[in-house]
Amino acid sequence: MDAILLITIVVGGTAVLSWPLGRYLRWAMDPLSLAGPAGRFDRLFRAFGGRLCAAQQDWKQYCSALLVFNVVMFTLAFGILGLQQWLPLNPDGKGALEGSLIFHTAASFTSNTNLQHYSGEVHMSYLSQLGALMWPQFVSAATGIAALTAMARGLPGRAQMGNFFVDLQRATFLVLLPLAALVALLMVLGGMPMTLQGAAKVMTLEGVEQIIARGPVAAFVAIKQLGTNGGGFFGPNSAHPLENPSFFTNVVSTVSILLIPMASVWMFGRIVGHLRHATVLFAVMLLLLLVKIGAAVVAESAPTPAFAGLPIAQDTGNLEGKELRFGAAAGPLWAVATTCTSNGSVNCMHDSLNPLTGLVPMVGMWLNATFGGVGVGMINMFLYVVLAVFVAGMMVGRTPEYLNRRIEMREVKLAVLAMFAHALFVLGGTALFAATAWGQGTLNNPGAHGFSEILYEFSSASANNGSGFEGLGDNTVPWNVATGLVMLLARYLPILLPLAIAGSLARKRASSASAGTLGVDTITFGGMLLATIVFLGALTFFPAAALGPVAEHLQFPK
Amino acid sequence: MARKTTSLFAAELVRPAVTASFRKLHPRTMAKNPVMFVTMVGALLTTLCIPAAGDETGFVLQLALWLWFTVLFANFAEAMAEGRGKAQADALRRQRSETWARRLRDGGGEQRVAATDLKKGDLVVCETGDTIPADGDVIEGIASVDESAITGESAPVIRESGGDRCAVSGGTRVLSDRIVVRVSAERGHGFLDRMIALVEGARRQKTPNEVALTVLLAALTLIFLLVCVTLRPFGAFAGAELSTPVLIALLVCLIPTTIGALLSAIGISGIDRLIQRNVLATSGRAVEAAGDVDVLLLDKTGTITLGNRVATDMVPATGVEPAQLADAAQLASLADQTPEGRSIVVLAKERFGLRGREVAAPHATFVPFSAATRMSGVDFADTGGRGRKIRKGATEAISAFVAEQGGRPNREVLVAAEQIARRGGTPLVVADGSRMLGVVHLKDVVKGGIQLRFAHLRAVGIRTVMITGDNPLTAAAIAAEAGVDSFLAEATPEMKLQRIRDEQAAGRLVAMTGDGTNDAPALAQADVGVAMNTGTQAAREAGNMVDLDSNPTKLLDIVEIGKQLIMTRGALTTFSMANDVAKYFAILPAMFAGVYAANAGSPGPLAALDVMGLHSPQSAILSAVVFNALVIVALIPLALRGVAYRPAAAAVVLRRNLLLYGLGGVLAPFAGIKLLDLLLTALHLV
Repeated sequence: MDAILLITIVVGGTAVLSWPLGRYLRWAMDPLSLAGPAGRFDRLFRAFGGRLCAAQQDWKQYCSALLVFNVVMFTLAFGILGLQQWLPLNPDGKGALEGSLIFHTAASFTSNTNLQHYSGEVHMSYLSQLGALMWPQFVSAATGIAALTAMARGLPGRAQMGNFFVDLQRATFLVLLPLAALVALLMVLGGMPMTLQGAAKVMTLEGVEQIIARGPVAAFVAIKQLGTNGGGFFGPNSAHPLENPSFFTNVVSTVSILLIPMASVWMFGRIVGHLRHATVLFAVMLLLLLVKIGAAVVAESAPTPAFAGLPIAQDTGNLEGKELRFGAAAGPLWAVATTCTSNGSVNCMHDSLNPLTGLVPMVGMWLNATFGGVGVGMINMFLYVVLAVFVAGMMVGRTPEYLNRRIEMREVKLAVLAMFAHALFVLGGTALFAATAWGQGTLNNPGAHGFSEILYEFSSASANNGSGFEGLGDNTVPWNVATGLVMLLARYLPILLPLAIAGSLARKRASSASAGTLGVDTITFGGMLLATIVFLGALTFFPAAALGPVAEHLQFPK
Repeated sequence: MARKTTSLFAAELVRPAVTASFRKLHPRTMAKNPVMFVTMVGALLTTLCIPAAGDETGFVLQLALWLWFTVLFANFAEAMAEGRGKAQADALRRQRSETWARRLRDGGGEQRVAATDLKKGDLVVCETGDTIPADGDVIEGIASVDESAITGESAPVIRESGGDRCAVSGGTRVLSDRIVVRVSAERGHGFLDRMIALVEGARRQKTPNEVALTVLLAALTLIFLLVCVTLRPFGAFAGAELSTPVLIALLVCLIPTTIGALLSAIGISGIDRLIQRNVLATSGRAVEAAGDVDVLLLDKTGTITLGNRVATDMVPATGVEPAQLADAAQLASLADQTPEGRSIVVLAKERFGLRGREVAAPHATFVPFSAATRMSGVDFADTGGRGRKIRKGATEAISAFVAEQGGRPNREVLVAAEQIARRGGTPLVVADGSRMLGVVHLKDVVKGGIQLRFAHLRAVGIRTVMITGDNPLTAAAIAAEAGVDSFLAEATPEMKLQRIRDEQAAGRLVAMTGDGTNDAPALAQADVGVAMNTGTQAAREAGNMVDLDSNPTKLLDIVEIGKQLIMTRGALTTFSMANDVAKYFAILPAMFAGVYAANAGSPGPLAALDVMGLHSPQSAILSAVVFNALVIVALIPLALRGVAYRPAAAAVVLRRNLLLYGLGGVLAPFAGIKLLDLLLTALHLV
């Protein structure tokens, strides 16, 4: 009962909040008129960007601008991390990092993944935390919002998709910064530390001196959640008592995880000028999210089979790996929210979830479009929409059209290429590491659970999620290099390919809709889209799921 | 072209198709279809595994056999589709094989040359009994021509120089008289040749939608290849050794073989279905475009209305007996052989029992209709010397006539005529000498059932525009009666062309029919242009389809065939993908039944996924493969005939097809695989 109330408040509340935020996003990212404050900001950003912001860009120029900027962001993060031992803001004197870890971490934060093969409070200086890790949390999220804005502009036929550098500033200064300030304030009120002083040394009641790591946590956490970044300030992420002190901060965090991904859908609908279509997309995503949350919470309310036969009371569900201040339901709720969006922060150990509960986060990362990452979740959804429209369009007896433009060979090719890339990164990577010592040598558990650990790590990297199943000794050169590469490829391919599709559609002659054209704003189309997502996901990942979590679940005696 | 429809699996079609399915195993042919190419490679690899299979030889042998069957069934489907068109093409070709032509030399005189040697622009003479050697235009003379070879219509047609009936087709025969034909298409490039090439698939190019679908299917194949390739290390990690034949079996079951096998058959059969309705398309692309059409431009006459106006009512002036008016009207029409005139005689007979009378000279002189007088009638030379002049005709003409006879136009009659015109009819005023008797109401008769067809078109989102030379008043009335969405009155060819451009600029696809030379620009501009076979060569060249029956209503059938074609592709793609669920549940438990078992020999945890309760791992895998192969054969009729088409809004059609082919596609293989498993076990094949 408590669980249902919690889910309703968090998911329902966020959905309600996402509506006005979607309106605001439209105003901030793609203002209808440049009169008033929108125009002032626009002129300010253009003045600040100088020549970079001067011209309108088509999809190719927009993509190159995006890539160049991200290369700069990667290089900067790489530099700061590599030199942290000599740089300022290092009160605790953190030492040098290993090369492949630097690459992995820079890739991880540039790609909005925040897969962490290190422990923040152990390895990172404050400058690294703020300059190499927190700054990209803003701009990598802003990159996602900008890409979605450009794509949404292209679909109704604007071949000139805007200017990346202007959009980047809009997303950073008008969307992420104000929201992050607000959330950080709430977090500080909730008891989160916000300081640049070094670790606190305290004398415990037992008379032992204890060193308590702290730092600018509230600022870090706010953008970590809002920008679907997920990289924790501390190693245990939001399970750490100073990164998520109370039930209140837990609720604020969960809401922040879902908020902008949800609002992105409304922004998309407003920019393409088809809000009813966006409503259908939102409903499909929401349904998938609720089904996954329901499945996870139910599976997790069951006692963990590992303790069967032991004299342990388990009537509160599986509490292994969970923070008692949140209870058995807040864990799976967070686990689903963080993997459905590409956030990846955790408030419980996913490794300790019941096997079937553990499957749900993986499903979230395989589909990667039930709201998904900031901006990019909607972009991923667009790929499914293209395929659903293609097949459904044929079934109504016309050459398929999306928003009055024909889906032809080029669009289908680009969309399936992105789908294939995701499958390749997850399955190919898992196969490679399951077959070799690279993976086998780093496992904590044998059998199906060990397989799940490898599968989870690659799913997390390819979905740009960043959560870990843990239980995996993943700070090795092969893991760092492999997942680092996967994160980068899996970040930029699914941004560039959909932008190319939008660019191609924008150049086509628009047709007019009639009763014979497939409506993308009907319940039937919603069903078709849902079926497409579920089928593509299930057919691709079913064997892997069967050998991992499903086998583990079935292994336990009933 | 024979109009007869051969039954779907007639022996004369099946036998060559079987041979062709083996001939199509050539790698170069197979490479055009990525899905079936992968299947063939799988079959080959499985065959190579037979010697090393040990005690599983029987099982691997059967797997290999069924994988080859899968490939052959796909080839068979394509060969069947081609065979149906080819049967008709062969008949044509036999007829034309040895034609000689009488070419006119520049300096005069004739020269006997083989039809194959004719060049574009050559002049040939055809006389009674000659076969016309090539497509062309009559530039001299008039002849009756037997076109049954292409149209199946035995009644001869008139072909003459100039005007809209000057086009002749190669392979047709002159029945009488002599004509000179200018060759307009060289041998091998006439539209019959194009048609033959199209149905035989030799020069068949994939349509844009077909290409896009092929890309999708290839990508799905690639994804499933990835799934199967990675499954081996996954299995090894779990301690299961997966043999190559079993992995190939899974791969072939997962990749969309059903739609992959039937895709080209669907495309060919679409063209073939058009041919059965006597429509020749010059490209598969045109058929596909027909399904996308948003606007139909239809000529009023012949399409929406029967060709002729018919008298439906008579309105007498005050003081005139209805019978009196009928009598006068009938008298004025007795010698009038136009359909309108005859319909007046018939109406008078039906309403007032007035028999057609023999009125012969010298008492009566008939005055035929002329464009100058715009009236017709009869003059009686009365015995008393006073003549009686009866006239019927256009309002102004009769008014003038009455005035000339010393009478005055009857205002009441003029008002009645005006009202008839406003309702879309043609008023025919009847006068006896100086007295106006009343008006005959001539009406355009809208074809029966046409209103329903337009309603169907509206349901699928297609608008109809009526093109007519009538004035806007008349046009509006007929448009309302026929139920078209809008009309273009007092239309000229330029207006027609402009209308097409306007519609296209608004993002709509336009289809139209036409026959005259002045239709050619519009036919070329339209996305789907159907030329009438009776039309000019220019029109036939400009359009992308030719209707051999010259029946403009056929456009509606063409649109339906186009829609059905794409719909069939979508339905089978959905069905193919939906099938995979059951196949996973059959093969995966079979593969991993022993994995993570508590003790060796007992079933492992994944055995629980065997929801169908199949007999053994081998029978499960074999059943899935056999089902996968047989479903292709089972769906060949659907591919050739197309899915059931019922006009409805897109959302309704989508819901119906999703339930039928999506949900049905998920459920059907569960039953099918279970049944095959029982059968294979009962026969001790595994």
